[in-house]
Amino acid sequence: MAWNLDSDRPIYLQLVEQIQMQIVSGQYPPGAKLPSVRELASVAAVNPNTLQKAFTELERSGLVNTQRTSGRNVTEDEALINEIRRKLARENTEEYYGKMQKLGFTKQETIDFLSRSLA
Amino acid sequence: MSDLVEITNLTKSYDGKRNALSNLNLTLTKGKIIGLLGPNGSGKTTLIKLMNGLLQPGAGSIKIGGMEVGAQTKAHVAYLPDQTYLEGGRRVSEILEYFRAFYEDFSVEKANSMLQNLGIDPSMRMNQMSKGTKEKVQLILVMSRGADLYILDEPIAGVDPAARDYILRTIINNYNPESTVMISTHLISDIENVLDEAIFIRAGQIVLHSSVDNIREEFGKSVNDYFKEVFAC
Repeated sequence: MAWNLDSDRPIYLQLVEQIQMQIVSGQYPPGAKLPSVRELASVAAVNPNTLQKAFTELERSGLVNTQRTSGRNVTEDEALINEIRRKLARENTEEYYGKMQKLGFTKQETIDFLSRSLA
Repeated sequence: MSDLVEITNLTKSYDGKRNALSNLNLTLTKGKIIGLLGPNGSGKTTLIKLMNGLLQPGAGSIKIGGMEVGAQTKAHVAYLPDQTYLEGGRRVSEILEYFRAFYEDFSVEKANSMLQNLGIDPSMRMNQMSKGTKEKVQLILVMSRGADLYILDEPIAGVDPAARDYILRTIINNYNPESTVMISTHLISDIENVLDEAIFIRAGQIVLHSSVDNIREEFGKSVNDYFKEVFAC
């Protein structure tokens, strides 16, 4: 299945986000080998150069390592993965709170509503 | 990044009065998948035919791999026309042999493996096939060459979404950093994620040549939506 990508944002950014999510969610655990650019480009149905650019970005952030002989791996650094997980969680929380504010909820009402809804 | 195609001041008129292409300049680099996008009658097919030496320019020049278009460049360019050119009664296996004899860079093994992936029996005759299957066979023939430049004129126009998906994946799977694929189409949204660059052509001139992600970044919309804006009637 081709990956679901928004049509109004740069593709490489969305590929970075999706691969990041796959790593954080454990689909690719720490140290796991990642598919080749060609394989993953074919699965995602995206341009291989764009995917390469996404990998370069993930390498820059340290989440992905490239070994000359054995391809690409997810980092073994679980602290880094956790840090990114928390960053994504923060972004999601901010987005949620932003929407609740639009609905007229205060901070305390949002917290109360959330804890009641999930109870 | 070296230039594969260099087009300078290209002009072409069919009737001596109106220009199908006028003073067109375009440079294509290696290792890219490029969309040639424009409305009907904008000059896409004229440009493609000129790049394949099927038409002669009125003025200007087209160089592919540093050489003026001619017999030598044809050996390095794989072309999928927008119309079928294969004889109806021929079997796929016979056509493979023609291609092997005609093009030094044609790989029968590659063609057979793609045919097998699609469940197309090489003993089938062209006139026994559906339109979609025929288009797939023609694409396989083109992609089985080891060309420097692949020019695909409307490769996805007449096929269903599943076949379209297969065609796009075939293009991705055959990607190699030494060659460039140029795809002409007006079905932009289907192909957008596969492209490095988009070229907008209007009334025989290039109005935009940029990377897909640059267009999205700059205009905050898809190439498809930006195209609609630029070419709004």
